[in-house]
Amino acid sequence: MTAGGVALDLRGIHKRFGDTIALDGASLSVASGTLHALLGENGAGKTTLLDVAAGLTRPDGGALTINAQPVRGHTPADARSAGLSAVHQHFSLVPAMTVAENVALSSPGLFRTFSASDAAERVRTIATAAGFRIDPSALVANLPVAAQQRVEIIKALASDPAVLMLDEPTAALSPSEAADLFVWLRAFVDRGRTVVFITHRIREAMQNADAVTVLRSGRTVMTSAVCDTDESSVLTAILGEAPIRVHGTPTRNPGSAAAMTPVLVLRNSTVIDAGGVTRLSPLSLAVHAGEVLGVAGIDGGAQHALLRVLAGRRRPDSGTAELPTTIGFVPEDRLHDSIIPELSLVENLALRGAGKRHGRIRWSDLTNATRQAIRGFGVQARDEYAPASSLSGGNQQKFVLARELADSPAAFIAENPTRGLDVRAASDVLERIRSARDRGAAVVVYSSDLDELLSIADRIVVCFGSSVHETPLDAAVIGRAMVGAQ
Amino acid sequence: MAEMEVVGNFLEAAVRSATPLGFAALGALIAERAGVVNIGIEGSLVCGAFASFVVAGLLGPEAGFVAGGLAGMSMGLVFAVFVVALRAQQIIVGAAVSMLGLGLTASLHRIAVSSTGPGAPISTFLPLQVPVLSEIPVFGQAFISQPVTTYLLYALFPLVGWGLYRTVGGIALRAVGEQPSAAVSAGHSPARIQCAALLACGFLSGLGGATLVVAQTGIYSDGMSAGRGYIAMAIVALGRWTPRGVAAGALIFGGVSALQFLTQAVNWRVPYTIVLATPYLLTLVAMAALRGARAAPAALGRTLNRL
Amino acid sequence: MASLLASTGVFTCALAVVALVIAAAGYDLSGAARAAVEGAVGSPFAVLSATLKRTAPFLMLGLAVAVAFRAGVLNIGAEGQFLAGAAAACAVGLFATPVLGRATLLLEIAAGMVAGAGWAGIAAMLKRRFAVAEVVSTLLLNFVAANVVAYLVRGPLQEPTGAYPQSSMLEPIARLPLLIDGQRLHAGFPIALILALATWWFFRSTAAGFRFRMTGSGRAAAASAGLINVNAVQMHALIASGAIAGLAGACEITGVTYVLYEGLSPGYGYTAIAVAMLGGLHPLAVVASATLFGALGAGADAMQRNAGVPAGFAVVAAALVVLGVLAIPRTLRLLRPAWPGRS
Repeated sequence: MTAGGVALDLRGIHKRFGDTIALDGASLSVASGTLHALLGENGAGKTTLLDVAAGLTRPDGGALTINAQPVRGHTPADARSAGLSAVHQHFSLVPAMTVAENVALSSPGLFRTFSASDAAERVRTIATAAGFRIDPSALVANLPVAAQQRVEIIKALASDPAVLMLDEPTAALSPSEAADLFVWLRAFVDRGRTVVFITHRIREAMQNADAVTVLRSGRTVMTSAVCDTDESSVLTAILGEAPIRVHGTPTRNPGSAAAMTPVLVLRNSTVIDAGGVTRLSPLSLAVHAGEVLGVAGIDGGAQHALLRVLAGRRRPDSGTAELPTTIGFVPEDRLHDSIIPELSLVENLALRGAGKRHGRIRWSDLTNATRQAIRGFGVQARDEYAPASSLSGGNQQKFVLARELADSPAAFIAENPTRGLDVRAASDVLERIRSARDRGAAVVVYSSDLDELLSIADRIVVCFGSSVHETPLDAAVIGRAMVGAQ
Repeated sequence: MAEMEVVGNFLEAAVRSATPLGFAALGALIAERAGVVNIGIEGSLVCGAFASFVVAGLLGPEAGFVAGGLAGMSMGLVFAVFVVALRAQQIIVGAAVSMLGLGLTASLHRIAVSSTGPGAPISTFLPLQVPVLSEIPVFGQAFISQPVTTYLLYALFPLVGWGLYRTVGGIALRAVGEQPSAAVSAGHSPARIQCAALLACGFLSGLGGATLVVAQTGIYSDGMSAGRGYIAMAIVALGRWTPRGVAAGALIFGGVSALQFLTQAVNWRVPYTIVLATPYLLTLVAMAALRGARAAPAALGRTLNRL
Repeated sequence: MASLLASTGVFTCALAVVALVIAAAGYDLSGAARAAVEGAVGSPFAVLSATLKRTAPFLMLGLAVAVAFRAGVLNIGAEGQFLAGAAAACAVGLFATPVLGRATLLLEIAAGMVAGAGWAGIAAMLKRRFAVAEVVSTLLLNFVAANVVAYLVRGPLQEPTGAYPQSSMLEPIARLPLLIDGQRLHAGFPIALILALATWWFFRSTAAGFRFRMTGSGRAAAASAGLINVNAVQMHALIASGAIAGLAGACEITGVTYVLYEGLSPGYGYTAIAVAMLGGLHPLAVVASATLFGALGAGADAMQRNAGVPAGFAVVAAALVVLGVLAIPRTLRLLRPAWPGRS
């Protein structure tokens, strides 16, 4: 380990996927013994850069040096033996296997025997050294998200890395769990290791890191120690021009609740999933015309079930839900739940209302409607017959909104509508949602970004576990409610 | 004791019927644990039977047995190319591979018959008696008076169990069947693992077909696989994707097949054809009772989306 | 247009491979090829009584498979549903002819469709109530159907002498009329063509057909965005598919064989998968694809009769066609670099 030297050095990394240039000569230089933040918008290339460093992706050009040793190979095993381990954002744990088995998965040698007791011992050793407590025989599927992340970290620590890279580590954590993680990361760095974490949250980076690097469009546009810069400079670097108001001006509806008619009404509604687990405890809730109800909550909470009951996609297992006939719904997983990528925009538009349609289909009417929707919402597409997969993420989302809002529904439900969108597209989407509210719809929005939520909501409810209750529009109160503290 | 003898005979027939099913089901288990549904096992089975017949006629049953495995493995290779390398839908490729195997064997058999006449029955593996153990009443007669190929199967089950649960390779294979992205980020290649699993599956299924010829009938007839490849898949589901469960399931199916001998001996008035249908009906009932596949590997049937 | 070329290319390649194997096996390739071509298209008899007569079941079964696959239902049981339809039509024909005379024909057809739908319905019920994958259940039901037919032709439906495992023959008035004197082409062929047109119109222009397509192309989106009852749609698709397959069986019995026996279907249900796939699951393309397979079958038969080449090669060709159809677009895509998931 080079004390005071450069622990990780990526220089001039190029990578393209088909027609897209993911990295265009990006660089990253991290001093040994520091906590370094890698920032950028979605699509700027941060995850690709991490994949290159961790050996998951082979770059088209550029050099990678770990602890002053150039790394020749391009496999995860090469990265690990050079002293770099990565903790990924999603899906690198096997839910059906135990913690010990998951950690053993990265052991070298396919014919090495695995004994449950030895592996458990190993897990305990690493965990204790790191300051965690974890049960090696627990099934990953039964662990809460924060514990699963700890398993990921143990996996990464198993090879005793000099450099630890984390991809959006706080995305699924509550504010207090995130704070705990950074305390641990700081202690880890103080012991002479190096940490690089990817985030799109500027404040998080400024508060916790020693230095930041900003990527934009696959290039490195800024590298600085945190003490030498400030939030707005970083924001400018991320966006590339004078920053627009990220979330727009909050315009709250001054009218009193009594003056507004309830459009979505739940009475003692519950949702119990196929495994018998209660996803939503009995809830009575009303959402009124012309208001935005913001929903906050960490991953795994009641918001998933709540939104689907409100959108009419799930009937409550007990209690009632009174819903209007026209409802627009924009779920989070667009490519899976909202559109069928290989079909044309016309067919995707025809999808709305397909369940109730009778008799012959009037394709000419649907084609006209599609043209209007594309024009009205500024969707960039070749034409109405283009396959939905040919649109960028932002345009796909705009198309989905156009479809769901086209008939001015009485209610509109959106789940993380700006996730994966660049700042401009996100701002556009939020404006559309505000227009829907101003036109008298009852709007419900779930967002994992508290700032965004506070900029748009008239009321807020917080989901914790299976319970939902209303809180004042105060970030601190909401943050506490998200972890069940009062 | 006449009843004991009947039971003993029945169990012996059950184990005999269970053997080819056991080989094929073990192969299917390995493939499905790696996330692949291979309904082309039928093709591997019948190719194994045919190849074993041809080679045994020339070089004896041992060579025939191995040849059967290799023939089955080559069908597995075809399947692997299309499913892993070309990422085609597993079900359709499986249907095509089964058709290919059945059509090829039928054609080659016809060619062989027309040029050299119907093959003479080959000498088969005879039941191998083990001193002392084979004398055990009922149990000994049923389980320990079988051909050596069956004894091989007895050894393979614990071997596969050990491989799946007690080696890192086995953990990697199961990870590919549950969450391929986890295997990738741990540095494994799901494509290579699935290929290896499919080759093993093909080899074992071929051995299953070979047992029909070199350890049982001694002759080959078209379509003698009679859907055993599909039953093997049902056995895997019945056995909840564990080696122990699969062994039990194979024995149950073997037992139902052996019922036909029992009914003939005991003179039931059930039409023979209906009795033939019972294994298939049993599978349906069993699958219904188990309510589908809650125990199945999570990524079963999913096409890998990157190499 | 590109996929039409690709499909033709695949069919040609498959034939070429089989031709190579035949030559390698020592057969007289040119003699075999001549016999095959003559048997398929060499004379009016060949075209009408051999090729097109065979096209009818391939077309109907291909449509049955296409309807199911298009809705995302993997119906591998067309074989069994075909047999169920044939058995029902035969039973009706044998018992109802004395009573109903000419009207028996309509009843036979109807019975065939109902039986096929019912056989598929067993799998549909197992899927709905017990979450049993239709891939396995329809497959297993094929074997059950074959055994039921074996039982019927040795028992309740057996012909009077009791010497052969086959049913009595249907009376002339209970048979599908032949279209042209001296040729074996029967009314089932135009029925199949009309069915193809109807299926095409169904998918193109009706709301229900749209629901089928969406369920098959994107089940989650269909349910969430389209509020389509995907479970109901898939049940309907499976039952409709069975009805069409049963119709094919009824037409085969009343139009070609007039007798029920084991081995009525030499794997038609599985070949139908190849037919449907070669036609890209599009009803009108399936017509062309079924005709090709009809010609293939006629040619293979003639080849076996006149040149001694085993007809099993036709099955091999069918399998190669399916593999080829799967391989071509994918091999093309492999030549372009991989696209990552956006995150």
